[in-house]
Amino acid sequence: MKYEPVIGLEVHVQLKTRSKLFCACSTEFGAEGNRHTCPVCLGWPGSLPVVNEAALALAIRAGLALNCKVAERLKFDRKNYFYPDLPKAYQISQYDMPVNGKGELLIETKAPDGALVEKTIGITRAHLEEDAGKLLHEGIPDGSLVDYNRGGIPLLEIVSEPDLRSPQEAYDYLTALKAILQCIEISDCDMEKGSLRCDANVSVRPEGQEKFGTKAEIKNLNSFKMVAKAIQYEIDRQTELVESGEKVVQETRLWNDAKGVTFSMRSKEEAHDYRYFPEPDLVPFTLSKETVAAIRKTLPELPRERAKRFVRDFGISSYDAAVLVQEKGTAEFFEACVSAGAGAKAASKWVLNDLLAILNEKNSAIGDCLVKPDALAGLIRLTESQTINSTTAKAVLIDMAATGKSADAIVKEKGLAQVADTGLIERAVEKAMAANPASVADFRAGKQKALGALVGAVMKETQGKANPKMVNEILLKKLSS
Amino acid sequence: MEFQIDKVAELARLNLKPGEKSKLEKDLGAILDYAQKLNTLDTGSVEPTSHVLNLENVFRADEVKTSNAAEKALEHAPHRDGDFFKVPKIVQRD
Repeated sequence: MKYEPVIGLEVHVQLKTRSKLFCACSTEFGAEGNRHTCPVCLGWPGSLPVVNEAALALAIRAGLALNCKVAERLKFDRKNYFYPDLPKAYQISQYDMPVNGKGELLIETKAPDGALVEKTIGITRAHLEEDAGKLLHEGIPDGSLVDYNRGGIPLLEIVSEPDLRSPQEAYDYLTALKAILQCIEISDCDMEKGSLRCDANVSVRPEGQEKFGTKAEIKNLNSFKMVAKAIQYEIDRQTELVESGEKVVQETRLWNDAKGVTFSMRSKEEAHDYRYFPEPDLVPFTLSKETVAAIRKTLPELPRERAKRFVRDFGISSYDAAVLVQEKGTAEFFEACVSAGAGAKAASKWVLNDLLAILNEKNSAIGDCLVKPDALAGLIRLTESQTINSTTAKAVLIDMAATGKSADAIVKEKGLAQVADTGLIERAVEKAMAANPASVADFRAGKQKALGALVGAVMKETQGKANPKMVNEILLKKLSS
Repeated sequence: MEFQIDKVAELARLNLKPGEKSKLEKDLGAILDYAQKLNTLDTGSVEPTSHVLNLENVFRADEVKTSNAAEKALEHAPHRDGDFFKVPKIVQRD
């Protein structure tokens, strides 16, 4: 029997505010332990939370970008549980009147046959809540340390419908979601700093069956790749269980990336009982149509619209456009490069193939890159005018990224300008042919491949500066004479 | 109204002695029965009240202020380790 996975994702993003959700403590990352705390976020008796207006506005902004129905009335609720990361023994969250109701996200994903297909993933809700503190266990044998700096930081929890059917779809959903949230500037979405976190709910069911199987919730997923890997592992594990007649237990499981497995945290003996009730310390909120409309007006062009425009106006492929808009900085860099005079196809190729590879290697962001869009356009101009060939250009780009110098300056400094002097190339060709008689004979005997070795020899002779097109032409002429 | 005193105690992290259990069961039962009377009223046309104050939309501006609460709180904490509160080792939640 074939089994079908059913996946839903819960994503928590930290909203980009200066102060916390209910108090004036700083949200700055990396402060000394408990430096950013006050009577409100430490839960002192007699202290009162007050909602940060900017946090609510950012939550609405996200809701609108995800096509959510923004609430007319909303309130906050207490979610009760005992754990040392919560000084109050409850978390202020939203239960039955969240700021954002149902929405949807259109994703582009790869079908099993490799074709790009569009799929709409439902958003169940996106609500506001406060973050918990951080527990430190490492290297402490007799206890845990608690840091409440993170406690009370505004989070938006975005819950998807169980509409995802494969690890690839989950990955593509997260990529699309992150692109939107970064584009509308509500969050840094930096998984390493914990400003984006993801839990996955996974179950399997026999193909054709409507009823969902028992699900497991997977936590401790620190990158989108890990999410996909953990989901695949979980699908295989559950399918194996069901096939052998065993039952899947509803539980929370943790992903162990080193071992590549999920393991049970502890079987739930009793279902959670969070005993939600309305937060008596906060009054309810009414959002006027005008307030929501004013926020909607400030929404920028969203990634999908941007990708469509790139295809329409610049004639690049929809695949390249989709990759360019995944990161706002990349899309902006590309556009600025085109505005600086580079051809769109060349700019897209250089950004996607070369610049991103350099950035990945350095693990740095495109905004911090020493190569600016107009400088890349300058490099592209040098290749188009055939001043340098593409191999040289790649080396020049690496230099540019290291020094921040312009392509022109580097080419001049290092004397990299391409040699287009017919006499000089002819002499190099003759030298290469004389030094490689076997290749010459091979080529003349019909082995096309032998040409490559001769081209290589000419390039070596000219320190890679010869115009490749001219080298080819001259070589072929000499070989056939 | 039905409830399980053991579960309520577990959720509130209370260790009840057998004697306390039956007394609290009776008291809590009486309170719930009393509140249960509200269910005899028809509230179909009444909007749910989440707050008794006739107020809404109370905000603060997104401004940072510093507080020295941490130092005081750490002073009174049962255990501390430098800038951190120290708690007994707890296996992951759930």
